[in-house]
Order: sequence, then C-alpha cells, then structure tokens
Amino acid sequence: MAVTETRKTSLGPKGGDDGGMGYLQSLPRRVVTVYLPLLIFVFVLLFPFYWMAVTSVKPNEQMTNFNDYSPFWVIGPTLEHFRYLLFDTSYPGWLWNTILISAGSTFLSLLAAVFAAYAIERLRFSGSRQVGLAIFLAYLVPPSILFIPLSVMVFRLGLYDTPFALILTYPTFLVPFCTWLLMGYFRSIPFELEECALIDGASRWQILTKIILPLSVPGLISAGIFAFTLSWNEFIYALTFIQSSENKTVPVGVLTELVRSDVYEWGALMAGALIGSLPVVILYSFFVEHYVSSMTGAVKE
Amino acid sequence: MASTTASTKGTSSRLAGLTESRGWLSAWFMLPAAALLLVFLTYPLGLGVWLGFTDARIGRPGIFIGLENYEYLWDDSVFWLSVFNTLLYTTVASILKFVLGLWLALILNENLPLKSFFRAIVLLPWVVPTVLSAIAFWWIFDSQFSIISWALIEMGIIDQRINFLGDPTNARASVIAANVWRGIPFVAITLLAGLQTIPQSLYEAATLDGAGRWQLFRYVTLPLLTPIIAITMTFSVLFTFTDFQLIYVLTRGGPVNATHLMATLSFQRGISGGQLGEGAAIAVAMIPFLLSAILFSYFGLQRRKWQQGGGD
Repeated sequence: MAVTETRKTSLGPKGGDDGGMGYLQSLPRRVVTVYLPLLIFVFVLLFPFYWMAVTSVKPNEQMTNFNDYSPFWVIGPTLEHFRYLLFDTSYPGWLWNTILISAGSTFLSLLAAVFAAYAIERLRFSGSRQVGLAIFLAYLVPPSILFIPLSVMVFRLGLYDTPFALILTYPTFLVPFCTWLLMGYFRSIPFELEECALIDGASRWQILTKIILPLSVPGLISAGIFAFTLSWNEFIYALTFIQSSENKTVPVGVLTELVRSDVYEWGALMAGALIGSLPVVILYSFFVEHYVSSMTGAVKE
Repeated sequence: MASTTASTKGTSSRLAGLTESRGWLSAWFMLPAAALLLVFLTYPLGLGVWLGFTDARIGRPGIFIGLENYEYLWDDSVFWLSVFNTLLYTTVASILKFVLGLWLALILNENLPLKSFFRAIVLLPWVVPTVLSAIAFWWIFDSQFSIISWALIEMGIIDQRINFLGDPTNARASVIAANVWRGIPFVAITLLAGLQTIPQSLYEAATLDGAGRWQLFRYVTLPLLTPIIAITMTFSVLFTFTDFQLIYVLTRGGPVNATHLMATLSFQRGISGGQLGEGAAIAVAMIPFLLSAILFSYFGLQRRKWQQGGGD
C-alpha cells in the first residue's frame, strides 16, 4: 500500500524529489508541524518591518497614545515624516553618497576579482591554490579588528572624511567575497571552450573578454548585487572614517543625525530606515534567485 | 571521470604554456586584487598589532611601550566583562540561530504552496541594513512605548512594562534576540540549500525500512547535512563574535557595560576615547578567539572528510 502510494506520488506532476515526505502526513498533523510554526516564523521575521512602516506614516499624536488609538493600525496616515526627512535634513545627500560609494567600491572590487579569479582558477599559476586559500582567509578577517589601524592609514593618506576612504576600504571584504564566488563560477565553464579558442589563436585577454565574461554574466550579476548590498549595509568604517554630516552614508546618517538627545523622532527615524532599506530590497527582489544561489553557493564551496 | 578532467587539464596547461608565459600573465592579473588586499587588509592587520604595542592617540603617533596596554587590560574588569559578554552573546545567539534556523529550513523543505515566495520573504531581515533594522528594534524595545510590553499587558500576561534595554539581564536578552532575528534567515537558507541536495530516495529507502520521522532526521538528514552545518555555523560564529552594529545602535554597551562586546569596547576606547593603542590591543585580543574558531571548524571538517573515505 505504502509502496504504490509512493510510486503514484513520485510520478505525479510535482515529483517526489521536491517536497520531502509530506504526503505521508495527515492534514491536521501538517497544520501543527508545518503551517503553524511557519506562520509564527514569518510573523516574527516580518513584524519589525511592519512596525517600521506603520510608525513611519503615523501622525505624532498617535505615536505614543496607545490608549486612544490601536498601535497596530494608523488612522489618517501622514507623509509628514517623509517630507521632513527629504526636505529638512541631509537625507537625500546621504542617499546619494551611499549610492556613489557602493557603486564605486562594487565596480572596483568586481574588476579586481574577475582578474584574480580567472588567474587562480584558469591560469593555474604555481601557488594558485595557496593564493586561493589566502583569499578565502582574507574574507574571514572582520572589519571590527581592522577599523582602528585603517583609520590611522586613512588619516595619513589624507582620505579622512572623503568618499574615497570608503571606496578604497570596502574592497577589503568585497574582493575576497567576489573572487571566491567568481572562482566557483569560472570552474563551471568547460575547459574545452578555452582550448578551442587557444587553438584558433586567441590570446588570454581575448578568451577572458570574449568567452569567459559573456558566459559568466549571471555570476557577475550575483557578485555585483552582493557587493552592492554589503557596501550599502556597511557601518563601522563609515562611522569611523566620515565626520561631516554631508559626507555620511544612510546608516550612519540616520543613527547619528536624526537621533536627538531629548526627543526621539520615531516617525522620521522609521521613515529613514524604510527608505534606506528600499534600494537593497528592490535590488534583492529582482534578483532573488541569483542572490539565494550565490549565498548558498559561496558557503558550499 | 577523474581521469578525463586530469587529461583535459594537462592539455590545456600544455597549450597555455606553448602560447603564453603564464607566470607573467598571472602576476598582471593578480595585481589589482593583491594590491588592494595587501595595502588595505594585510598592512592594517600588521599595523593593528603594532599599534597594540604603542601608546598612540588620535593626532599623536605613539611610541613603543611593550606590553603595557595588555598589562593594563589584564587588570581591567570592564575588559574581562566584555570578553565574558562576547562569549555569552556568541554562544547563546549561535545556538539559537542554529536550532531555529535548522527548524525553519526543515519547514521550508516541506512541500509548501508558495514555497519560493516564503523563501524570498524569509531572507528579508538579512538583506536589510543591520543598523536600520536595529533602529526598528530600538523602537520596539523602547522603555515606555514598547509594542511588546503593550501587547503583553493587553493580553494580561504581565502587569508592568518591561525595561528591555535598561536592565542588564533584559538588555543582554534583547540584543541576543535582535541578533538571532537577523541571523536566522542566513542559517535557514544555507541549510535549506544543503537539505535540497539530499536525495529523496534515501528517505524513501529509510521509510521502507521502517524509520520514523525522528529517525529519518537523526540518521539521514543530520549526517548528510553536517559539512554544510559546520561551514554555516563557522561563518555565523565569526560574524556574531565580531558584531558591532547591533550593540552600537541598541545599547552602546550599557547598561553598566553589561552588553559591551570586545568590538564595541575597542571602538569606545580607540575612537571615541582617542586611545588608539588600547583600542587596537582590544581588537588584537579578539584574534586568538577567531583563530581557534576557524581552526576548530577546519580540523573538524578535515576529520569528517577523512572518516568518509577522503576524496574531494
């Protein structure tokens, strides 16, 4: 009985390799073991975003008056906090800085990573394995032990309080990550393609630009999105190396400039957090499959 | 299979050797990455160790003072408290992230409607900038207007507001909760990817042999998942150990240093306090912990490969 049932299900349109052995469970049991916990997980994981969004459109008088207004809902939503944020603070400037810095450091890191990954994975120079391992170890060096010596360097180089301080230091964690990811990607491209090109008289440069790079566009997109998100989210370097308000990035600006000592502008803070999260969330939603596969791929390597 | 790859590698390298000097080309190709990493990663790492032996301050290059910074820290109760906090924070948060992340991965691995949708939204906490979601938690943990306190009071579970970030024990629990919230998606999604590589036929075979759900998990899922668990948890432990952002936003190390981690203490002493040398010494003190975590997982993994009959 069980056998025929199994066979039937595995022949079904969904296939047996996809969903575990859920078909052996009765519905009430599935509700308790799967749907209910899933619902709780989703609720807990998403509630802070909901709370962020609700707070950002709440008029100030409802913000702390839980007795007259239900805190979970908002009556007469207002865009006042967004208006304040965009016209009365330096927020648009922070947004622009963050875009510029993230794009710059992503570009720089991708450029360096493509060459490095190609050399390690395909040129296979002597010692390439060791270099590959060193790059992996470089990824494990956390920013929290580098920010003090880097701040000394940034100061000596005259980069303190400029975007270049961040564009040049973000590659310390982006280059290892992108290289590692692209190495895995290049490995999946068949050697035969390169051999054919070599026989036809192509140079290594031509092979890289005409064969390898066009084939690894998905890998480049993954690495690019990841690098962009990581630099967008970076905090400790941006906090340490930037001082003046107009040069700050979004995470640092929201935390250091919008928080006043006496009264917290919760509406504006939440609006700032919301707008600051939006670009990476949009980017993420467009490339969700790339994102997931590169994240899991990078760990599995 | 192995012999064909070996032979193709052989021909390709011979061909490459005939056409171009690979050594020079490789050197040129490695140059940008190597330059960036040597200048902004390796050099600062060395500089950090050196700064730990000096009395440098902001605006004043220090002189060599030997182990004085470390001697001072050895007698500093706040430093030891931060070490304790860091270990507590890392241990508790990592265990919770592992258990809850694995649970979520197992749920998502079931045959669900809207599976890819759930997988996508579950990752959101990990995608959003930590500082910005931490600000949301700051508001959730507000001492007077916390939504959690309000909801629990309305439900009649507690009768006065919880002082989330003002009381040492509560503050520790709160920052750990926020860290776990942010870390679950990463663990869950990577473990889910691992779960999907386990062949379904193994489960079917085990079921035919009469294995129950727990036995399936214990004797099929867990052993096959161990390598990816080890790597995921190594990353998770390293990132939790060196965490800075959450604490900086939520408590700045307070109340009474109860949530100071080594990274936040290093920032407070080194940058806010201007004692670069002392801050660098605290950062250097993190290195042995990080190294032992990496070595532990590396040798743990090696042994497992060897036990499974080597290869790869």
